[in-house]
Amino acid sequence: MLTAENISQILMSGLLMGLIYALIAAGLSLIFGLMDVVNFAHGEFLMTAMYATFGLVVVLSLDPLILSPIVAAIMFVVGAFCYRGIIVHAMRARTNVGMVQVFATFGLAIVIRGLAQFAFTPDYRSIPKSWLGGQTLSLFGVYMPAPQLAGALASLLAFGALWLLMKKTDFGRALEATREDAGAVGLVGIDRNRVFAMGWGLGAALVGLAGAILSIFYYIHPDVGGPFALIAYVTVALGGFGSVFGALAAGVIVGIVEAISATVLQPSMKAIGIYAVYLLVVFLRPRGLFGH
Amino acid sequence: MLEVQSLTTAYEGLVAISDISLSVGASEIVAVVGANGAGKSTLLKTIAGMERPASGRILFEGADIAGAPTHRVNMLGIALVPEGRRLFPRLAVRDNLRLGSYLHRRKSDREAPLEMVFNLFPRLAERLDQRAETLSGGEQQMLSIGRALMTRPRLLMLDEPSQGIMPKLVDEILDSVRTIREAGTTVLIVEQRLAETLEIADRAYVLQTGRVVMSGPAKEIAGNADVRRAYLGI
Ligand SMILES: Nc1ncnc2c1ncn2[C@@H]1O[C@H](COP(=O)(O)OP(=O)(O)O)[C@@H](O)[C@H]1O
Ligand SMILES: [Mg+2]
Repeated sequence: MLTAENISQILMSGLLMGLIYALIAAGLSLIFGLMDVVNFAHGEFLMTAMYATFGLVVVLSLDPLILSPIVAAIMFVVGAFCYRGIIVHAMRARTNVGMVQVFATFGLAIVIRGLAQFAFTPDYRSIPKSWLGGQTLSLFGVYMPAPQLAGALASLLAFGALWLLMKKTDFGRALEATREDAGAVGLVGIDRNRVFAMGWGLGAALVGLAGAILSIFYYIHPDVGGPFALIAYVTVALGGFGSVFGALAAGVIVGIVEAISATVLQPSMKAIGIYAVYLLVVFLRPRGLFGH
Repeated sequence: MLEVQSLTTAYEGLVAISDISLSVGASEIVAVVGANGAGKSTLLKTIAGMERPASGRILFEGADIAGAPTHRVNMLGIALVPEGRRLFPRLAVRDNLRLGSYLHRRKSDREAPLEMVFNLFPRLAERLDQRAETLSGGEQQMLSIGRALMTRPRLLMLDEPSQGIMPKLVDEILDSVRTIREAGTTVLIVEQRLAETLEIADRAYVLQTGRVVMSGPAKEIAGNADVRRAYLGI
């Protein structure tokens, strides 16, 4: 039953989905690495981006692919605003800072979900037609759904851009310095709250890009973020907490493991394979594959 | 240039420095000496905006900067070489220095201080690609001073630059403080080492359990028998 072609097909599907998972996890990892805050509203950011895409498609009649940079830009503002409006205050807590932060982002998640249910009802929606929707490419007999392929390429592009930003620009250096010692960047005139807000903006923009592309081939509903967020948390832990490029490798691993488990076990059991790999890493290498 | 008036800082109600007044004139080297726990670091951290004062004023070139955030104080022209150096350990020496000139967009504003840093500490120039954490204690101190100079401060504050450093390098670092002043930067230095510090300073303040107990020209302080007692905290 498992022919070579079969195996290539599973690996390809896993790779494409894995790169999308990596893109979703990148922002989570970025924010965690920057300030040790886990954004429990990450899945809701994804959901917001999907609704934003849906809304813009309806209003502007443009393709989701064209809209994806706009959605990313909108999400940048949303992310930065969340930091300035909520997180910065949660971080000022004098006691139980960790818990206050958890509840602040967890509460934010519930609020965003509630707003989505109120505004859009729990109905499943989908973008009826788009350039890529339903299209498939084939390479040496291996099929690649066009939306997934676009998502994978967008992910690689985003990681490339992120790498350039972090390694080649003054702002990237400020970001790295803030990761190292947020209390010391003020000594060189850097406003750490600005860096944190930019980090939240970037993190939300990355997941926003993923949401725009997911909306081409995924149903949009208020709870759509949950399962993706869960995968993102596993991906971040697997890649090494706070290691953005670890998340890239981990996302691909998660995607491939998921595709294999879905075939070998059955589709409803695909999460088990992911968690098995995760537990294995936790037991053998708790700091993750690329963690410090 | 700097005028500290009745400054008091407390940590959760525990007063660390109390009613401190001091001044630093342009192009001076002013030293604050005192035993461990006297409040020297708290004083510098409060001026730099890393701790909030409970009361008092900090006038820098006429403007009250008490309570301003660290990055703003730095923008106004005060750089702190903090206790423990606070380098970015996993970043290269080069990147630590570049971060110092984060606010300076003009090439000349970046190159001039870099040249000065390399002249002061040639060994940094040889280690540009090394991570900061791989440097020796003395070299890390040099890098921390270098990073502060890259911000082009008018007032440089040093918190015990001799701490945890080989004696040979202590002289090198204290010499560099002289050179820095000659280049036009005012210096406020905090130290436990009495003799060496008073040798390079113009004026000095003696701090004991959070209060200024004595002040005057560095030579007078150095020759004063009471200082040793105050300094030792007996
Ligand atoms: N972060 C802090 N929290 C609480 N107390 C502190 C803190 N930092 C310093 N102190 C206390 O404040 C006093 C002055 O400390 P410090 O300014 O570090 O002195 P010095 O630099 O002269 O050794 C000491 O009693 C010290 O225990
Ligand atoms: Mg000290």
